[in-house]
Amino acid sequence: MAFESLSDKLQNIFKNLRSKGKLTESDVKAALKEVKMALLEADVSFKVVKQFINSVTERAVGSEVMTSLTPGQMVIKIVNEEMVSLMGSETTEISLKPSNEITVIMMMGLQGAGKTTTAAKLASKFKSKGRKPLLVGCDIYRPAAIEQLKINGEKVDVPVFEMGTKHEPVNIAKAAIEHAKSNGMNVVILDTAGRLHVDEDMMNELAKIRENIDIHQTILVVDSMTGQDAVNVASNFEEKIGIDGVILTKLDGDTRGGAALSIKSVTGKPILYVSTGEKLTDIEQFHPDRMASRILGMGDVLSLIEKAEANIDAEKAKEMEKKMRKAEFDFNDYLESMAQMKNMGGMAEILNMMPGMGAQLKGAQLPDEKALGRIEAIILSMTPKERSNPSILNPSRKYRIAKGAGVDIAEVNRLVKQFEQSKKMMKQFSGMMGGKRGGKMGRFKFPF
Amino acid sequence: MSEEKKGFFAKLISGLSKTRSNIVSGIDSIFKGFSKIDDDFYEELEEILIMGDIGVVTTEKIIEGLKEKVKENKIKEPEECKELLINTIKEQMDIGENAYEFENQKSVILVIGVNGVGKTTSIGKLAGNLKAQGKKVVLAAADTFRAGAIKQLEEWANRAGVDIISGNEGGDPGAVIYDAVGAAKARNADVLIIDTAGRLHNKKNLMEELKKIDRILEKEYPNVYRETLIVLDGTTGQNALVQAREFMNAANITGIVLTKLDGTAKGGIAVAIQSELSIPVKYICVGEQIDDLEKFNSEQFVNALFTQE
Ligand SMILES: Nc1nc2c(ncn2[C@@H]2O[C@H](COP(=O)(O)OP(=O)(O)O)[C@@H](O)[C@H]2O)c(=O)[nH]1
Ligand SMILES: [Mg+2]
Repeated sequence: MAFESLSDKLQNIFKNLRSKGKLTESDVKAALKEVKMALLEADVSFKVVKQFINSVTERAVGSEVMTSLTPGQMVIKIVNEEMVSLMGSETTEISLKPSNEITVIMMMGLQGAGKTTTAAKLASKFKSKGRKPLLVGCDIYRPAAIEQLKINGEKVDVPVFEMGTKHEPVNIAKAAIEHAKSNGMNVVILDTAGRLHVDEDMMNELAKIRENIDIHQTILVVDSMTGQDAVNVASNFEEKIGIDGVILTKLDGDTRGGAALSIKSVTGKPILYVSTGEKLTDIEQFHPDRMASRILGMGDVLSLIEKAEANIDAEKAKEMEKKMRKAEFDFNDYLESMAQMKNMGGMAEILNMMPGMGAQLKGAQLPDEKALGRIEAIILSMTPKERSNPSILNPSRKYRIAKGAGVDIAEVNRLVKQFEQSKKMMKQFSGMMGGKRGGKMGRFKFPF
Repeated sequence: MSEEKKGFFAKLISGLSKTRSNIVSGIDSIFKGFSKIDDDFYEELEEILIMGDIGVVTTEKIIEGLKEKVKENKIKEPEECKELLINTIKEQMDIGENAYEFENQKSVILVIGVNGVGKTTSIGKLAGNLKAQGKKVVLAAADTFRAGAIKQLEEWANRAGVDIISGNEGGDPGAVIYDAVGAAKARNADVLIIDTAGRLHNKKNLMEELKKIDRILEKEYPNVYRETLIVLDGTTGQNALVQAREFMNAANITGIVLTKLDGTAKGGIAVAIQSELSIPVKYICVGEQIDDLEKFNSEQFVNALFTQE
C-alpha cells in the first residue's frame, strides 16, 4: 500500500531531532500532526481524532517525552496507550442468559453490513458451546434475504424460523420465541433487515420489536470499511434502539478500520467480535490492542515489543545491541539470536508483526524453520575462531564445514552471504527500533 | 430539467442533507461564522471536507486550490469563498467526458465490487432503467457464491421485466457467463449485465477469477461494447480508494456506481476517487426502489452537496 507506516514517519521526524537531546513542544506538535493524518486516513471520525490528539498532546508535551532519548518511541507509546484506553482494554464476550432461559439477540445495522452472515456465524458459535440456537428471518424486505438465512442455517446446522415476507417483524419474533420455547431452544437470534439510521419508519420497526419483546442483547453490525458517517450511524442506533454490543465485519480486507474507534468512543459499547471472512467459521474475539495498532498502521509492533521483552534476556540483548552498533556481530551471536528467535515464535511470525517490514525484506531470502536447523548445523561445524571472525572463511574452510554439517558447499556460501545481509538488516532495525538506551522499548534489539 | 429528473434531484438533496451536521450546513455556518479568511477558517473548512469522506489528500488539494483563487481574486470576505470552493471541487471532479456509449451499442456490462455494496440491487435498477428505454436486457447471475444471491437477482429480473440466466449455487461462474452470452446472442439482446460475487480486493485468487471472466467475455462475445462498473458503497471511507485501485488492476474499469447516498453519508469519496484515480462516477443510488438510480452529473452532485433542503 502507498502509505508509509506511522511508526516510520514518526521515526523520520525524530531522527533529526535526536542530536538535540531534547524535544520542543513544536517537535511534538509536528509528530502529532502525522498521528492525526494517520487517524484520518484510517477513517476515525474527525471529532474523535481531535479529542484524541488533545489528550495525547497533554501527556506528550510533559517532561517525560521531552527528556527521553527515544522520543519517537515515547510518542508512539503514549499514542498507543491512549488508543487502547479509548478502545477499551478488555475482551468482552457476548452475554447469554443461563441455559434454562431463552436469550434473545437482535442483529441490526445498515444495508450490506453483513448481518445475515454474522447471525449464522454466531449461531454456529453458540451451538458449539452446547447451546440450542434458533435463527429467525425478520428481513421481509430484501429480495431473497430469508433464502440466504435458510441456506446459511443449513450450512451450520441450525434451524431457521420464518413466516415469509407478509408478517410484521415483531410478530415473527414473537412467534419465533414461542417456537423456541416449545422446541427446547435457548438462544433466539433475530436477523433484521438492513436499514438506514435516518429512516424513521424502519427504525421504529426495531424500536417496536425492542418494546414488545424481552431482548437480552442488541447487536449493531458494522462494516469495518465505514467512513466518517460511522458516528452518526452508531449514535442513532444507540439513541433510538440502544446498543449492547458491536460486531465489526469484513476485517479480512485491508481497511485500517477507524470506524471501530469512532463507534466505541461515541457509544461506549464493547466491540464483541470481528468477522474475518465469508466462511461461517470466520468470526473471532475482538482484541482492542490489536485494533489500536491496526488503526495507527503500526502492524503489531507493540505486541512484538512485548513478546521480545518477555523472551529476550535483557542483559544479553543489551550486549548484542552494543555489538551490532559496532558491527562486531559474529556467528556466535548469530547462533545466540537464533535461539532467542525460536523462543519468539519464528521468523515469519515476527516479520508479520513488523509494519512495512515484509516488503523491505523481500530481497533478503529468509530461511524457513527447517533451513534454520541446517544453519545451526553449519555454524556448529565452524571452529570458534571462524565463528568470531567470519572473514577468514576461505574455500577450503568452507568445504570442511560443509562436510561437517552434511550440507552442500553452496549452502555454506549462501549462509555467509546471508549473514552479511543480516548485518545490514540489523542496522536498519536498530535504527527503527530506536535509541541508545533508556525506555522499555529501547532495550529490545532485533536479534537477526 | 425534466420533471422526473427534478424529483430525483430533490431526493438527492434531501438524502444528502438529512442531518444538521452535513456538509451543507457546516459549510454555510463557516462562511457566515467567520469574519475573515485566516488559518482558522481554512482549518474549519478542512474539517468539514474530511468529515464528508473527501479524504486528507483531496481535501488538501481543494484547500490549496481555494487559497490560490482567493489570492488571485484578492478576496477578503469568507462569504465570497463559497462559489470559489464549489468551483474548486468541481474542478477536482472534472475528468472530461463521461460516456454512456453502451446505451447506443450492443454491449455487456460487468458489475464488480466488494461484498454488500449494492451490486445486485444496482443491476436490478439499471436493468429497469434500460428496459424503460426500450432495450432488450439479459441478466447473468454469476454470483454463485453467496447464499441466496441467485434468487435475489431473479427477483430483480422479475421486477424489471427482463430475462435472466442462472446456474446453481456453488457452480462455476464462468459457465453461467458462457450460457448468458449464448442467450444474449440468441435473443439478440442489446445489453447483457453480469452480476458477480462480492470479493474483497485484497484476495488474490478472487481477483484472478475476475481476469478469467474477462477472458471469457473477450473470447465468447467479441466486438461487443465493454463496460465494467465497480460498485462502491457511499458510506465507505478511505478504503474505497484502495478498492478502486485494486479492482483497476484486475479489470479495465470504465465507471463507478456509488450507492446508499440516501443516508447521512456525504459520498465525498466520489470526489476523492475522481480526483485521484480519474475513474468517472456514472451512476448514483439513493434508495432501494427500482427507480432510485440516476446518471451521475458532477455539477449536480456538487450543487446538491451545497444546497439546503
Ligand atoms: N439504502 C440503500 N440501500 C441500498 C442501496 N443499494 C443497495 N442497497 C441495499 O444494500 C444491501 C446489499 O445490496 P446487494 O445488492 O445485495 O449487495 P451486493 O452484495 O453488492 O450484491 C441490500 O439490502 C440492498 O437493498 C441504496 O442506494 N440505498
Ligand atoms: Mg450480490
